[in-house]
Amino acid sequence: MTGLQMWISFYTMLRKDVVRMFRIWVQTFLPSVMTSMLYFLVFGTVLGSRIGSMQGVNYMTFVVPGLVMLAIVMNAYSNTSFTFFQSKFFARSIEEILVSPTPPWVMIAGFIAGGVVRGMIVGTLVMCIALFFTHIPLTLGGVTIIFSFALLSALVFALAGLVNGIYAKSIDGINIVPTFVLTPLVYLGGVFYSVHSLPTWWQTITYMNPLFYLINGFRWGFLGTSDISPLLSASVLATLIATLVGINWYFIRTGLGLKQ
Amino acid sequence: METALSIHDLKKTYGNGVVALKGVSLEVPAGDFFALLGPNGAGKTTIIGISTGLVNKTSGIVSVFGHNIDEDPEIAKAQIGLVGQEINFNPFEKPLDIVVNQGGYYGIPRKEAAPRAEKLLEELGLGAKMNDRAMALSGGMKRRLMIARALIHRPRFLVLDEPTAGVDVELRRGMWDYLRTLTTSGVTILLTTHYLEEAEQLCKHVAIINKGEIVAKGTMEAILSAHGDGSNKEAGYKGGLLEEVFLKLTSNSV
Repeated sequence: MTGLQMWISFYTMLRKDVVRMFRIWVQTFLPSVMTSMLYFLVFGTVLGSRIGSMQGVNYMTFVVPGLVMLAIVMNAYSNTSFTFFQSKFFARSIEEILVSPTPPWVMIAGFIAGGVVRGMIVGTLVMCIALFFTHIPLTLGGVTIIFSFALLSALVFALAGLVNGIYAKSIDGINIVPTFVLTPLVYLGGVFYSVHSLPTWWQTITYMNPLFYLINGFRWGFLGTSDISPLLSASVLATLIATLVGINWYFIRTGLGLKQ
Repeated sequence: METALSIHDLKKTYGNGVVALKGVSLEVPAGDFFALLGPNGAGKTTIIGISTGLVNKTSGIVSVFGHNIDEDPEIAKAQIGLVGQEINFNPFEKPLDIVVNQGGYYGIPRKEAAPRAEKLLEELGLGAKMNDRAMALSGGMKRRLMIARALIHRPRFLVLDEPTAGVDVELRRGMWDYLRTLTTSGVTILLTTHYLEEAEQLCKHVAIINKGEIVAKGTMEAILSAHGDGSNKEAGYKGGLLEEVFLKLTSNSV
């Protein structure tokens, strides 16, 4: 395939997924927006006034980056894992792509692109809602960092979702990871608190949670302050992306979990 | 003569230990209408799956128009159009979108793929349904949609794995007529079917597979004369001998 043909194949996969997610927007965009609104209302407005400030900002402002990140990673992950699983098991439409000359890396790009787009759209919607509840003093540099971390985080979790989608043998395999792995990692990664407010042993465990680095890098873009260096956060993200791309490439190239 | 599909000593053992292919060798000449016949579970779909990139082989060499599927998978795949045994499109999509998107996976721009898809769908009698949801199509229409999808990138080699299963007689005849016109335009067709009388009339070459091994292959005439008793042919023969030959060669599997 020429470069243009590969681009057309990639664009076809992305377009198909984006059309699908807008067609069923009540299922794809609305739930995260509703959940985030409740979080802002309960944790920010009701409980936040009692908690006071954290890292020098009011609690509502402190939780905004974590909640936006939560929406991004959950949507990027579930979109890719579910879309891939559905096309593999229910409609078997994955065969349309497998028989085509589309190279493995274009397939990976095509499948994760939809997850990244959905993660970014939902993240933007949640961010807009957050601005109704609190004032966040954003700068141009800060917005650039926020966008970069949001994009990289969406990429990481879309790739992770693809690994899950490829390897899952049943619908339970798709639901178990977000419920029992992803959600605890997000909640214990510092969405609602600063790591410095934890006992030492818990801090040590938190440093092993990849979500902690994502949330803190993102928070640094919003508030100019975080528990760890943003460079360390970016390094962890880059390592995760490289690892997950390698795993996905191996799966698609060898057909593991895809071909008999 | 150019070879559309060349298979040498192809073996496949599935993860559960089932040996599907025990060293199959086969050549499909370019421009041919080739029948690959065998009872259920003989290995036909496995051969097709390996040739089209849907199944991993255990060992052996497969080439499509001289392009090894391991060394040049993209070039080999670009030559093939596949109509699989099972319905494998998203039922929530429109037929036109399904066919146009398939063109996209082969690198055909939408502005080029859309009129091509419309023409194919019209030719296959789906013109009025191209903007309905695919789930609303009848069984025969779904089969024809799969043919349109397989032809969008104008493949040189069309693989049909039981394309007429569950299709009524009239539609089946229409589909055969359409496929016959494709072969006259130079497209090579590999067909698996359980309608042996139709295969006998349509196909120039045939291979019969049983329990993962080719038990007969050659021109249709040669197979019929080598394995049949020829008695029917003398008395105003109108077809049916292939079924006898097929049963004779595969009866031990029943």
